Amino acid sequence: MTAAQWMTRVIKPAVFVLCLAPLAWLLWDAFHHQLGANPVEKLNHRTGIWTLRLLLITLAVTPLRRITGWNVLIRLRRMLGLYTFFYACLHFLTWLVFDHFFDLHEVTKDIIKRPYITVGFSAFVLLIPLAVTSTHNWIRRLGPSWKTLHQSIYVIAVAGVLHYLWLVKADVRDPVIYGLILVALLAYRAWTKRATAPPRLI
Amino acid sequence: MLIKIKRRGEIGPAETTPRELFLDRRRFLRLGAGSVVTAAALSSGLWRPALADVKLPNVTKGPFTARDELTPYESVTSYNNFYEFGTDKEDPARLAGSLKPRPWRVVIDGEVTKPGSFDIDELIRPHALQERVYRLRCVEAWSMVIPWVGFPLADLLKRFQPTSRAKYVRFEALHDPRQFPGQRRAVLSWPYVEGLRIDEAMHPLTILAVGLYGEVLPNQNGAPLRLVVPWKYGFKSIKSIVKISLVEQMPLNTWARSAPNEYGFYANVNPLVDHPRWSQAKERRIGDFFKRETAMFNGYADQVASLYTGMDLRKFF
Repeated sequence: MTAAQWMTRVIKPAVFVLCLAPLAWLLWDAFHHQLGANPVEKLNHRTGIWTLRLLLITLAVTPLRRITGWNVLIRLRRMLGLYTFFYACLHFLTWLVFDHFFDLHEVTKDIIKRPYITVGFSAFVLLIPLAVTSTHNWIRRLGPSWKTLHQSIYVIAVAGVLHYLWLVKADVRDPVIYGLILVALLAYRAWTKRATAPPRLI
Repeated sequence: MLIKIKRRGEIGPAETTPRELFLDRRRFLRLGAGSVVTAAALSSGLWRPALADVKLPNVTKGPFTARDELTPYESVTSYNNFYEFGTDKEDPARLAGSLKPRPWRVVIDGEVTKPGSFDIDELIRPHALQERVYRLRCVEAWSMVIPWVGFPLADLLKRFQPTSRAKYVRFEALHDPRQFPGQRRAVLSWPYVEGLRIDEAMHPLTILAVGLYGEVLPNQNGAPLRLVVPWKYGFKSIKSIVKISLVEQMPLNTWARSAPNEYGFYANVNPLVDHPRWSQAKERRIGDFFKRETAMFNGYADQVASLYTGMDLRKFF
């Protein structure tokens, strides 16, 4: 098999299934009463943390591709991005249903008043156009502006880390670790962009 | 009188085994089989704290019993905020074995005529143990209903005769990173410190707890001695106390030191005053899926509202 065939026949289906594992694990735990004394909180935290993890994994595709030279990795990026959105939806829904039970007045108040919810909700909303325009048709239709639109993922990632950082009480270790990974991923882009930028015309 | 409190869904000993046989069995388990179980548990990592599971004798029903449904023992002992063990809710139960609640000494000092250092059992002995079913409301907007076993803090303080200069009570928890693995990181400033105004400390609702569900306090719940102040957020109810000082100045409690704009000295449960980062209007009772309204002073307004007459509770949060 060629590298492309490997990708379409083996790696991509495997990653597809792998990305469902956190959800399967969560459901297994839920049905076996393994989510502890506060299952709703656990549901909310785990869907949230997997959103952030998948977002960082999505952002790692390009650096990994450049470093290894395996250009075929690009074929995983859309799927990883859509899974990020999928877990973000679950995370948003647990909050909407269990914390507020669709009380839109309370939801609005929370979004306006609580900075960590403001950034978290903004990140979620900004993900929607990216998910919608992820198809071949939209890529063709939008042309070069597709790339500009999808660069908002950097803003979304920063918002996601801030959302996490601003909700913890005292122990910032975990959000800081996610933040550092994001900084590394963004720094790599900035660095390679500078290194490969065409010489300026004087 | 010996009162046994059944866990919900549990078949009581009276329904199955004669009480004496039951007690014999427990004694056997504790003394004989205990050592075998202990060795096995230690090696497998499934260590149950040495003293938990032991029934406390002569517990009488105390006043102020909350009518709410009790939170299951399993939840009370597996979902804890006790940063001395770690910042995850499961850390305290998982790591509880490293704390040794006996021997244990408690220092009473400051503005008292009879200061001293006392063995925990000596300190507790003069007090009749009562069961107090209280609501516990965490500042993180979740709550439980717990049948504590303890005695009024006022009764203890009176034994040491506070002087007229005793305006506040300062509590200090154990600081020992060997027993408290969470203290190996400076997540908070150790030791954990809490405080009460003297009238709050003397209030009949305020107790020192040595047990829950009729049994000796499990390590993850603050063994061997903890404070319970049911109208305040949970972080006020300091665990594993080693020092009680009567002082003239308001003590700086750990969370207020850590984030003074978020946590105050009073920390009274108040649905009208939000935490700067989240609402305090509602809470999730552990075991429920949806949130319920939070009551002023956690439902103890009739007993304690008068302590704060004329105070701006937004300012003194």
